This record gives sequence, C-alpha cells and structure tokens, in this order.
Amino acid sequence: MHRIVQKRQLSDEVFLLRVEAPLIAAARRPGQFVIVQADSEFGERIPLTIADADPAAGTITLIFQVVGHTTHRLAALPEGGAIENVLGPLGRPTHIEKVGTVVCVGGGIGVAPLHPIAQGMKLAGNRVVIVIGARNAKLVILEDEMRAIADELIVCTDDGSRGRKALVTAPLKELCERSPKPDLAVAIGPPIMMKFCAETTRPYGVPTVVSLNTIMVDGTGMCGGCRVTVGGQTRFVCVDGPEFDGHQVDFDNLMQRLRTYKPREDELHERCHLELGIARLEGRRP
Amino acid sequence: MTHATPETLEAEARAQLDALLARAEPLKAKDRLKIPPQPMPSQPAAVRRGNIEEVALGFGPAQARLEALRCWQCKNAPCIEGCPVRIDIPGFVRAIAENRLEEAIAILKRNTILPAICGRVCPQETQCQEKCTVGKALKDVNAAVAIGRLERYAADWEREQGCAAPPAVKPETGKKVAVIGSGPASITVAADVRREGHAVTMFEAFHKPGGVLLYGIPEFRLPKRIVELEIATLRAMGVEIRTNFVVGRTRTLRQLLDEDGYDAVFIGAGAGLPKFMNIPGENLVGVFSANEYLTRANLMRAYDKARAHTPIYPSRKVAVLGGGNVAMDAARMALRIGAEEVHLVYRRTEVEMPARVEEVAHAKEEGVEFHLLQNAKRILGDEYGRVKAIECVRYELGEPDESGRRRPVEVKGSEFVMDVDTVIVAIGNEPNPLIRQTTEGLQTSRWGTILADEATGQTSLERVYAGGDIVLGAATVILAMGEGRRAAAAINAMLATR
Ligand SMILES: Cc1cc2nc3c(=O)[nH]c(=O)nc-3n(C[C@H](O)[C@H](O)[C@H](O)COP(=O)(O)OP(=O)(O)OC[C@H]3O[C@@H](n4cnc5c(N)ncnc54)[C@H](O)[C@@H]3O)c2cc1C
Ligand code: FES
Repeated sequence: MHRIVQKRQLSDEVFLLRVEAPLIAAARRPGQFVIVQADSEFGERIPLTIADADPAAGTITLIFQVVGHTTHRLAALPEGGAIENVLGPLGRPTHIEKVGTVVCVGGGIGVAPLHPIAQGMKLAGNRVVIVIGARNAKLVILEDEMRAIADELIVCTDDGSRGRKALVTAPLKELCERSPKPDLAVAIGPPIMMKFCAETTRPYGVPTVVSLNTIMVDGTGMCGGCRVTVGGQTRFVCVDGPEFDGHQVDFDNLMQRLRTYKPREDELHERCHLELGIARLEGRRP
Repeated sequence: MTHATPETLEAEARAQLDALLARAEPLKAKDRLKIPPQPMPSQPAAVRRGNIEEVALGFGPAQARLEALRCWQCKNAPCIEGCPVRIDIPGFVRAIAENRLEEAIAILKRNTILPAICGRVCPQETQCQEKCTVGKALKDVNAAVAIGRLERYAADWEREQGCAAPPAVKPETGKKVAVIGSGPASITVAADVRREGHAVTMFEAFHKPGGVLLYGIPEFRLPKRIVELEIATLRAMGVEIRTNFVVGRTRTLRQLLDEDGYDAVFIGAGAGLPKFMNIPGENLVGVFSANEYLTRANLMRAYDKARAHTPIYPSRKVAVLGGGNVAMDAARMALRIGAEEVHLVYRRTEVEMPARVEEVAHAKEEGVEFHLLQNAKRILGDEYGRVKAIECVRYELGEPDESGRRRPVEVKGSEFVMDVDTVIVAIGNEPNPLIRQTTEGLQTSRWGTILADEATGQTSLERVYAGGDIVLGAATVILAMGEGRRAAAAINAMLATR
C-alpha cells in the first residue's frame, strides 16, 4: 500500500499525486518510471514516469493525464487514500552530461517527465532552452517550475490561448537554425509530436532523445509487449529504454501498437464513466 | 471417444476394487497387469473449451486404490531413478493401495514440498513413468502406473482434509536470508531455510507471489488456489513476502547483502525473457510473446472480461509458434478467450514435442489444429499494421543433431500463406539479464544463466546462491524445486558456522 500524501489537479485532465514509496524515492534517477496498479485483483498495470522524488520524505511524484480507465481510477483516489501496487524505479536513467546547449521539448503531459531531465541537464552545466506545448492554456503544466530552470522558455499552444500559437516544432526549427545549433534535443510528449520533433531536427543533425511510453504489463522485460523497432532492431522499452535515439525509432509502428486494445479500452472507459458518474468523455467535450 | 463421467469411472473402479479385495490369495504380478489403467476423469472437451476451470478432475478413491494396485512394488524401483528428487514412489503408491493416505503424503513430503503442483505439471512420461516396469511389461509408457496422478490424489486428499499444518519452525536464530523470486525454487528455499529458524524475506517483482505457477501455467491446468495455499503456508511459517520489489532496481543484490543485513541471498529469478523468431513482421499489432498473452490471461485475469481491466486481444484465427508446454498453454488459452481457430505451428514432429503428452492430447481434443514440420517465415500485415496472415514453409526431418533429435530441414520452395489475425510466439524463454547486469562479479554462462555449483547452488559470489530456471535455463518445476532443496541445505549449513 502506498499512501497518497498529496493530490493536486494541475489542469482539466492532469493530476499530481505525491505517493509514499521510500525505496523508489531513494533509488530513482531522472528518466525512470514506475508501474502502478490500483487494485491487485482486477486492476491494470500501467507505466507512469516519476516526475520528482523526495528521498528524505520517502515520496515520489506522479503526474498523469486522465485518458482511460485506470487513470480515471487513480484520479478518483482521495488524498490520504492509497495505491495498492507501485513497482520501480524501472528503465534506464537518462544519460545526463554537459554537452553545451540542450533544447528540452515537452508536449502536454510530457512536460512532467521532462522536468527532472531539464533539471539534471541544468545541474550538469548545460544551457537549457525549454519549449512547452499544449492544446490550450488550461493544459499547460509546470510552467513556473520550468521557468525556474530554463535559460530560455518558450510556451506555445495550438489555439494561441497561452504563449505563441504554434506547434512545438516551429520554435524547435528556429532553434536548430541558430548558430551555434543546439548540441542535443530531448523531446517528450505524444508519439506524433516526438515523431515530428525528430523529423525537425534530423536535417540539422541535432541528436534527439525521445522517451517512449508504450503498452506495458510487467515493466521488467518478461513480456515483450512494450517492444519497439529502433534502427531496424527490436528493443524493449521497459528495460532498454524508455529513452531512444529519436532518429532511429519507427514511430508509425509505435503508434499502431499503442492502438492494439483501442476498442476494448474505449468500452472500459465508457463503463468507468458510468460507474464513477462522470458525465462527459474526454476529447468529446461540447 | 465417448466421455465417461467421474461418477461412472468411480463406480466401475469400485466394483473392480471390491472384487480384488474380496480375493483370498494375494495379488500376483500378472493379476496386477490385468487391472486396466485408470482414465483420468475430466471435463468434456466441448465444455472445457468455454471455461477456465481445471480440465483434469482427479481420481476418485476407488480409482486411486485400483491404480495403485497396478504397481508391482519392484525391489529395484527404477521409477525412483527417474524422479529428479528421488521420491520413494513404491512406498507412497503402496500406502495409497492400502488406503493409508496420511502415510502416503508423509512419504511424498520427505522429498517434495509441492506434491499437489508436481502431480499436475511434472513430465512424468519422461521421468518416473518412463522407467516404470509395468509400462515396460505392457510395452506402452502411457500404460505405466499413473504415478503423477496418484501423487496429486494424495496431495488433494490432504488439502481437502484441511490437515496440512505448516511445518514446524525452530527457534529464531537471528540470521536473515533474502530469497529473490517466488517460483518453485524460491518457495522451496524459503520453506527449508525458515524451518531452521532463520528469518526469510522473499522479494517478488510482480504484485503477487508464485512465479510461473501463477502468471504462466493456466488455471485450467493448475488452479491458482493451490499455489495460493503454498504461499499462505510460507506466510504462516513467518516468511515475509515483499511484492513489487525488483532486485537490481528497487535495491541491488549488493545492497541486500552489504546494507540491509542479509546473511545470504538465494536467486530464483527464473527464465522470464521471451525469445522472438526474428522474422519480418514480428512487431505487427497482433503478435504476442506467449509470456505476454498468458500473463494477461492468468495473472491479470483477462479471461474474466466482466471484471478485469486488463485487455486481451480479440482473436478469431490464431497461430501459435512452438511445441512445448508454453505453446500448448497459449493455444488452449486462446480457445478459451474466444478464438474460433487455433493453429499450432511446429518445426519438428509430435515425437519431438517437449510438451507433456497429456497437454498435447488435451489440446487436440479441444480442437487445436497441429501443423507439424512447418515453420513461420514472416508475418504479413494490413494497412493498419495488424496481422493478416503468416507465411510458413514446410520442413522434413534430416540427420540427427547433437541432442539426438533429427534436425528439421527446410523444403525449398514450399512456402504457403495461412490467414490469421493473431500470432503467439512460444519458442522459449531465457534468463532476464537484470540481476546479472546489476551485480558485479556474478559469473554467468554465455546463455546468460548464472553459474552455480550443482551440489550447493553456490555462485561465484560469497553468500550468494542460485537455482531453478535462472541456472538451468527454462526447465521444469520439479528441477527448480530440487535445486531449491540443495541450495537451502547449503545455506543452512553455511549459516550454522557463521
Ligand atoms: C507457460 C509455462 C508452462 C509451463 N509448464 C510446465 C509444466 O507443465 N511442467 C513443468 O515442470 N514446468 C513447466 N514450466 C516451466 C516451469 O514453470 C519453470 O521451470 C519453473 O517455474 C521455474 O521455477 P523458478 O523458481 O526457477 O522460477 P519462476 O517460476 O520463473 O519464478 C521466478 C520469479 O522471479 C521473479 N523475478 C525475476 N527477476 C526478479 C528480480 N530481479 N527481482 C524480484 N523478482 C524477480 C519473477 O517475476 C518470477 O515470479 C512452464 C513454464 C511456462 C512459462
Ligand atoms: S513491459 Fe513487459 S517486457 Fe517491457
């Protein structure tokens, strides 16, 4: 049992939970994730990135967007409540070193896992430029936290309700055109965004790290459900990743694989709306 | 084949048993040979395809005694030679024949702590029953005394009596042992080390303990309540079980020894890494490792569509690649999840199949179609990246290889396409590299198995022992248990001098 010591709603669909997990808090490094399961009997196991950790308090911070059944259940848990199972820290930590200028691009909820990485990059002595993107102003998260780290911060929204009206690839392209060009880009967000970030940096030869979020079961390398094609090779995201060279990742295959259980997930999602008495379905707002 | 109900089988056995017991003169070998081998009562194939309940229902009392009377009680007991843990087989079989079940179970437990499990899943036809004199006399290994079924009978009887008291634990010694994993090897070590009064903590990565017994072998072959009972026994003995704890990530093995005060560590992490075929199309949507498919179905209970939140792929036509127990389990599970057709594709012939004969027979009865001497060459997808077919090629048997099995060779130009929407890859598992990668000085073979002394399980590191699939490569429950036994003895001996 992992007690929820703090719960905050960061935006319409985005929640923050600070959860007791002393061993994970002590062991985790930026870039790693946990597998969370709300109940042992019938719950689903889902991966969530560790956004932050406080080893002294023995807590980890999870930030997630409500997208389906399990995230709904998690969002419905009260402060003081508990999550039954939290496993981690999993995956390889981000390789952090001083390279010069690092552009950190975060889309939507991807800003959460990006935060500790940007922090690490800054501490390692890099100049850090941060680009945050979201559908609209209400979905922008961690802007203040990122501003505190960034040498330069660019916020953009699809509808222009906050910052620039642009997709993150527009400022990313401009940054690549600067001289000197960035030494490294880190992009975390929806797969389609990461795909286009990688396409944006490719012509400029800017190495681009992406952090992949796939379907997972165990998170320890025993099922292969998380496999992706990277440079023509099969890799397991949970043990070989979650970070890979964005220029090598087969994003189309990744996106297809993410839809493996779509019909069933939609059905569960609807059912959980009925059970939890939530009227609207995300993405179908009036 | 007509399907006899358990009641009919028991009534027939009862009549024969009564007739035998009424005889004045003792049974001779030729009388015993005349007793028909007892069929295992089971759910009819058409019914069990649609449920997850256990297929084999277990002998009734008369069937068990009658089957036990088939045993010749050979002085040289070749069956014991065939048993990896050397159970006194004639001893426990005779106790069943004479209706002394308490004694039968006591004899079993001298050598195995998991008789209800091993009685169900051991490959008896290549172990004890292969050596059985009765089977030899009848020139049919399938007519050997049904030692495994009798083992199961005795263990089930004990469980149903509710008289399985947890083993006695000696006074606390103040020493601590960490056991990594919770499969049969680890369960055995935990029990045997705890018995000596040492504190034991079991670390399991999954949210429930049991290892492959829980996440791999399906309910219809090994009911989970039986595994849960073994775990409950460990808890009753005072073993601490920490789930959601992955050694190498949550804590490293070195930290357990150097910082957390464990006097010894046993690694029973199994062989959990699925092998893939490395053929084109293997990452299409609808291709799964058997591990993933079975974990979703078993551990995550996806077969219970009304309650489970974990989805499972809605397949109509499934191809399963492989010929071992894992392949049979995946194929039969796919039927139960609702597939209309399941095709098992295996490179060799049925003789070479490593699966238990009973599982092969059950799979066929349930309608799994066997495609022997064939192999998948590539998997074809549609415009959405979903599996739509599989291209196979035919094989023929060539010269025997090092293992003595005739090596299958491809028949050139024999490719053909089979329409399927799902492919389950069940061609084997290897050890997970995590512990090896995070433990300096731990020596491994080039297959990634941990090198350990055969007699003691001692690894290249002091106070670190290993056993089961992580040492043997994907093997069997009984071998894992046997290794656990030896390692526990070595750990207990080491701790006695510390
Ligand atoms: C589908 C299937 C069917 C099978 N059928 C049969 C059969 O009919 N008969 C038979 O005899 N054998 C069968 N086997 C093989 C048998 O199950 C194994 O040989 C046996 O379970 C091995 O036992 P073990 O204790 O070594 O490890 P496992 O049972 O593999 O248990 C290892 C456990 O360790 C955990 N673990 C791994 N790494 C870590 C870590 N770093 N930290 C914490 N925990 C960790 C795993 O999660 C797992 O729970 C089958 C196997 C499969 C997969
Ligand atoms: S989640 Fe199972 S192998 Fe990665």
